[in-house]
Amino acid sequence: MSRRITLKFRLFIAGDTQNSTEAIANLSAFCRKHLPNRHEIEVVDVLREPQGAMKDSVFMTPTLVKLSPAPVRQIVGTLSEPYTLLQVLGLRTLAA
Amino acid sequence: MRLKRSSMKSGRSIHAGITVKAPTGIIGFDEITGGGLPRGRTTLLAGGPGSGKTIFALQFLVHGARYCKEPGIFVAFEENPKRILANFETFGLKLAALQKQKLFFLDAHPTPDLIQSGTFDLSGMLAALGAKAKEMGARRIVFDAMDIVLALLPDQAAKRREVYRLHEWLLARELTGIITAKAGGDQESSLDQQPFGFMQFMVDCAVILNHEVIQGVSQRNLRVQKYRGSSFDEHESPFLIGKNGFEVAGARTLGHAYTNVINERVSSGVERLDTMLGGGYYRGASVLITGFPGTAKTTLSGAFAEAACQRGERTMFVSFDSDFSEVIRNLASVGIVLDRYVKNGLLRIVSVRTITGNAETYLLRIKTYAKEHGARCVVIDPVSTLSSSASELTAHSVVERLIDWSKSEGITLVCTSLVDEMSSRTIGVSPLQISTLADTWIHLNYLAQAGERNRGLSIIKSRGTAHSNQVRELILSDAGVTLADIYTAGGEVLMGTLRWEKESAERAANEVAEVAGKLKRVSLDAEEAELEVRVKSLQTELVAKQAELEVRVKSLQTELVAKQVEKELLTRTTQSREREVSRGRTRVRELRGADAAIPGHK
Repeated sequence: MSRRITLKFRLFIAGDTQNSTEAIANLSAFCRKHLPNRHEIEVVDVLREPQGAMKDSVFMTPTLVKLSPAPVRQIVGTLSEPYTLLQVLGLRTLAA
Repeated sequence: MRLKRSSMKSGRSIHAGITVKAPTGIIGFDEITGGGLPRGRTTLLAGGPGSGKTIFALQFLVHGARYCKEPGIFVAFEENPKRILANFETFGLKLAALQKQKLFFLDAHPTPDLIQSGTFDLSGMLAALGAKAKEMGARRIVFDAMDIVLALLPDQAAKRREVYRLHEWLLARELTGIITAKAGGDQESSLDQQPFGFMQFMVDCAVILNHEVIQGVSQRNLRVQKYRGSSFDEHESPFLIGKNGFEVAGARTLGHAYTNVINERVSSGVERLDTMLGGGYYRGASVLITGFPGTAKTTLSGAFAEAACQRGERTMFVSFDSDFSEVIRNLASVGIVLDRYVKNGLLRIVSVRTITGNAETYLLRIKTYAKEHGARCVVIDPVSTLSSSASELTAHSVVERLIDWSKSEGITLVCTSLVDEMSSRTIGVSPLQISTLADTWIHLNYLAQAGERNRGLSIIKSRGTAHSNQVRELILSDAGVTLADIYTAGGEVLMGTLRWEKESAERAANEVAEVAGKLKRVSLDAEEAELEVRVKSLQTELVAKQAELEVRVKSLQTELVAKQVEKELLTRTTQSREREVSRGRTRVRELRGADAAIPGHK
């Protein structure tokens, strides 16, 4: 995977809950560390935009959807384990 | 109380009583619960794999959407909704039309490539569902296979939190909800071990579905475990997933049983038996025919079926013993011709060879078939099969409900029941104890005597009927079933050849007596004729004698007259002589001149 590619994320959260804030914090920290200057994060609050969740088949919150590059992947949870995230995003080499 | 309070609080009209429960439309279940599931509350539907949870839930939604103006949402955590729908349509329910407006399926099953990192909650789904529910005005919602999504949660606390979240969400929206979850049956322990065991305490209603195998026979049971604010039938009720979906056998409730008592009689198909019963069976009665194997139980019930068809009544013959064509052939051999009625559609023969299946299934099938056929007369041959294919307890209640059902439908039911010959009783005890339930009980028996077995028929009881209490011999021939009087000689009952011998002996004796009588009559006739002749001759003689005597009387009379004349003549002569003498004397006196005395003054 090329280093130049920008990763696009959509993070679904539900209001101000602890899970939501944790997820936002975890994702930001991860991106700062592993994807500096090559990430885009869109945060969707399902309480405000319920249709969006339905459209993306997101039923559990928080859920992180990696939109690009393909394939689209979903990661459910507060993203408290950076290692899993690295594996899913194919960034394991970077971590090493 | 609850009813009143809720209606007062919400300010709803007197119809509050109806709106408290949400009918499921599932046959039998609404009866058990007195109207359905608690409206605006959550119901837990727990059961093992394949116990019918999804079908139950789906039927509840479809009923609401179709008949109660209550659109519904189905959240599928386990299966793809498309597959669920395809499966459901095999029950003959087309959902395509409903789906657009009134039914919404949410495919929420976690994809296999779902990756989890850290904890999560269901707020996203609930928010999405909330919007959807508002949009379509949903009143019912089903969360199918809740356990799947709960299994993803890391610990008990999280699971509990999510279930509470869901519950609160449902209550806030006053949606009537069903949460289905897997459980290993009804055992408390196994259910408690499940991560959602506490759900039973949280929800307002809990329904347990059981699927167990008893003696190799599958048996499905449903039990309402709790139902806040409502009375319910708390026993296990057998149920069936049949052609029309979920059906609960719950006719235990009293009160709804409505029996039409009719005085009409229907023929048993055997003329003599009708006479014995005072005109036949009652319409709508349950008739039990018990007997050992081969005592013509089937034949007797076949005769009933034929008679019913002859009257033009739709009839159903359920055979657990023989195949369709066997039934027809066997009955035709004794002059009961049924195939023409099968052809013209009056008669339906249902053949259920017992290999597997439980009594409950059979009952529901019999009911369904009878309803489809519009049967007025039903024959079940033999009903005792039911007890062999399931535990006797269930079978008994099945037969109870069978009789109850046939009565409420006004169907005349004839059941045969096999009695084990080995039980060595003279009068068989019906294994299902249905003899107490049946209105008429006919027992068929063998009488082994003088090297042969003969069939005897007796009416053990017949409610509301003056019936003959004599044993009759049942004779099968290619002309049909007939009953014959039996002979009792010296305290022994004579049947078969012995009866025939007795009959012929009596016939011979009669002939002899008749001939002797004739002879006697002839001789008497002869004597009579002879006497008549004698009487006549005597009469003639009498006449002759009379004539002779008359002649004699006449001649004597003539003689008498002659004598009298003679006597008179003599007298006259004598007088004239005396006069002459006196004249002569007088003259003499005159002549002598004697004037001294005058003769006139003497």
